[in-house]
Amino acid sequence: MSFVEENLNESLLKKLDRKENYTLFGLTLPYLLLIFFLIIIPVGWLFYMSFIGRDGSLSMENYMRMWKSKAYMRIFITTFKISFLTTLICALLGYPLTYFMSQLSNRWANICLIGVLIPFWTSLLVRTYAWLVLLQRKGLINNLGLDLGIISEPIKFVHNTSGTLIGMAHIMLPFLILPLYANMKAIDKDCLKAAANLGATPTRAFWTVFFPLSIPGLLAGLLIVFVICLGFYVTPAVLGGGKVIMAAMKISANIELYFSWGAASALGVVLLVVTMIILYIASKLVSIDQVGASK
Amino acid sequence: MQSDALNISINDITKKYGDFFALKDVSLEIKSGEFLTLLGPSGSGKTTLLMVLAGFTRPDYGSVKFGEEEVVLKPPHLRDIGMVFQNYALFPHMNVEQNIGYPQKLRGKSKSEIKESVAEALSIVKLDGLGHRGVSELSGGQKQRVALARAIVFKPQILLMDEPLSALDKKLREEMQIELRQLHDSLTMTTVYVTHDQKEALTMSDRIAVINDGELKQLGSPNEIYSNPSNAFIADFIGESSLLPTKTIDNKAYLGQSEILVNKTITKDGEFLLVIRPEKLFIADGKEKDTNIFTGTITESIFQGESQLVVIKLDPNNFGDQLLRMRLPNGTSVELNAPKVGEEISVGLRMTDSFLVE
Amino acid sequence: MNVWNRNVSETQIKFKDRLWLYIVALFVLFLLIVPSLVVIPMSFSASQYLEFPPKELSLRWYEAYFFSSADTGLGFNDWMGATWTSVKVAVLTIFVATPVGTMAAYGLINSSSRVRGILFPVMISPMMVPIILVAIGLFYFFVQFKMVNSILGLVLGHSLVAMPLVLIIVLSALRNYDMNQEKVARSLGASRLRAFFEITLPQIRFSIISACLISFLTSFDEVIIALFVSGGDNSTITRAMFLALRDQIDPTIAAISTVLIIISTGLLLLSQMFGQKKD
Repeated sequence: MSFVEENLNESLLKKLDRKENYTLFGLTLPYLLLIFFLIIIPVGWLFYMSFIGRDGSLSMENYMRMWKSKAYMRIFITTFKISFLTTLICALLGYPLTYFMSQLSNRWANICLIGVLIPFWTSLLVRTYAWLVLLQRKGLINNLGLDLGIISEPIKFVHNTSGTLIGMAHIMLPFLILPLYANMKAIDKDCLKAAANLGATPTRAFWTVFFPLSIPGLLAGLLIVFVICLGFYVTPAVLGGGKVIMAAMKISANIELYFSWGAASALGVVLLVVTMIILYIASKLVSIDQVGASK
Repeated sequence: MQSDALNISINDITKKYGDFFALKDVSLEIKSGEFLTLLGPSGSGKTTLLMVLAGFTRPDYGSVKFGEEEVVLKPPHLRDIGMVFQNYALFPHMNVEQNIGYPQKLRGKSKSEIKESVAEALSIVKLDGLGHRGVSELSGGQKQRVALARAIVFKPQILLMDEPLSALDKKLREEMQIELRQLHDSLTMTTVYVTHDQKEALTMSDRIAVINDGELKQLGSPNEIYSNPSNAFIADFIGESSLLPTKTIDNKAYLGQSEILVNKTITKDGEFLLVIRPEKLFIADGKEKDTNIFTGTITESIFQGESQLVVIKLDPNNFGDQLLRMRLPNGTSVELNAPKVGEEISVGLRMTDSFLVE
Repeated sequence: MNVWNRNVSETQIKFKDRLWLYIVALFVLFLLIVPSLVVIPMSFSASQYLEFPPKELSLRWYEAYFFSSADTGLGFNDWMGATWTSVKVAVLTIFVATPVGTMAAYGLINSSSRVRGILFPVMISPMMVPIILVAIGLFYFFVQFKMVNSILGLVLGHSLVAMPLVLIIVLSALRNYDMNQEKVARSLGASRLRAFFEITLPQIRFSIISACLISFLTSFDEVIIALFVSGGDNSTITRAMFLALRDQIDPTIAAISTVLIIISTGLLLLSQMFGQKKD
């Protein structure tokens, strides 16, 4: 067929169009297949298993047991408490640093950004280990305190809630800083100049113009931090010394020690549902791309 | 809304960035109540000067007075002047009313006062009833008016505008130029307006300050600047013109071999440029008095709506290798007498319209 | 002009007004960077007990690490074996996650926004689902297919975690890229595939390289999936470290940590350099 005749052939054009769409879809297919087989099916399986009782039949006993058990209640409370406190610490420490970075010239801001990214890229285990070493009885912090006479005997920083909080806050900070920074950089500097011109002192301009405009990024960061904390395993396991039990650790214990998949799955499903709800709220506030863009 | 306008005294303002002079010894008296435009190309320093007036840029040297008060060291939030930014800088998290009411709120006005003044401001910029809209719901033109309303709601005595119309399309721009000027007239403020568009400057201003390379090149009314540009840059920048290299010897001017009559007595010898405004040329029959006649061949004749642009290659024997641009108004007989490419043509320029610049 | 009165913003805020901010910000920055660095001097300590500052310097822990094999003495033995496993898995992860993620990004960017809106959340789901669930889900799945403790299983699991990151990076690069260039190439006679490889790919290569580095690092540093899915001969270094940390404190970990810090910082600076070059 000549090129001109091809052009006039509507059905052929439609066919070519469809072929192109299939090709494009085909490109995403390997990815989607991996997701399907490695996330959707396994998690679906877990979902299913949470409704299987000890005797192998369908039942709600796993959920009932969780609901009634004091131990599980404590785990939920601990998980939420630690996640909440970690998020709070990150907000208080992270916002000033991020604001500072947003006011710097590009060159210095990038240097600080690298400073934030270095711990972010450093292995989770290494950072957890570093805190273990710093906070232990004979660790750096206690030794410094003793040498400088600030304390008279070592403070128990590790294998408890404090140590866990410190470690987790350290690891979570970049997750707050990055989306917040992206948001702050996007705030129109002329708005602040306009505020000043209209009569606002720098402090007033900050609270009435800058801060409100930074809230989406802040909320996104807070929600991301909170959600990751909920499901966190490594750091509380190491720094908590067995005394701080979070949901993820219980899930793991249920499988490793008790082989009770039902209980593990049920707890997992609860964790998943709570996570999804919070993420849904977050997605309404800022696009996830802002986080990726800053990497 | 009446306010007493202030005059602005700018003296020897200098601003350096490293070795680069953004502003060099700029001095300027802006009269109370006048509409003054700072006109210049990109990077000329005009915006820097405006920022000095606003307080966002501190000069390295010099003085700025609003009326009798020295303000050059005053922080921007204490200057009590209105400003419209190039991209409007409206607060995205506030609606129209809240944006406009913001300066009043900062000044501690009561809720009813704020409501009243906001309504008044909206009315002046012809946006009545749009108070509850969010900023993102506004068109470009509407945003511009809100920015304006916000800048005048507290009745400032001085208004600064940084290329406020540059983001609008041509038709809207031209409408807004007239509206802004009318607004200025009705509010009795001193307005300092920055633009790179010379036509805009000519349309709106009482006086124009032409700025280039950080220096004030010429200050005058639109007519003065247009008719008597003081140097080649201004002659080229304002209006359309052909600039033809002209030598002066013994009090006479020569373009190539031909003598050129100019409007002022020639006092020195040297190399100059003859400024020819395209609309001042007319088709000549050779019998005119006190007129310069140019002969040549038409290389282009372009229909441009209200006028015909004719490009003429001058006769090299008499005038040297030069191109002349002429504009003929397309009156009632459009195509009948349109000059054609390739034709020989004689055009005339009155002595009073011929002048030299350096 | 006096340093304290120097203006630090266009709205004429003075340096001294912001001093408290600078102190707090730099303090937090310090807190972010320094703790990880503590392990470096400690790894050179001669003593069995972790002490800071180290009283005596020695390289014994580095020796213990680099020369470890299945039959040296202390605690977990085969650190090098585990490291090698981690490297193998990480490299293989690059070859799975990067192409799959890149293709998917290309497919997405050329789709309608409606399709994108549906597919994108699905594709970043590994980042949204708590990693512990992903880990036990994979464990259960692999048990059915006898893939536990296998390199393949690890690579699949790690690719799953790395893919969303690749997707985001490449999507962002493609968004900033003018796709019309491909159309131009095709109008000049190149097939779609050829246009991609010869025109688009070279221009987004820095982002692809970043994606590769992130895939590597994500796999190399990954702990939880490795905990459940690897083991025995195919234990990863992260699994080994975690178990050692939980059970006893082996100073060799300090040496390993130092090596890991150097690797990740190096990769980060590398990717930053590539990122700058793009500008």
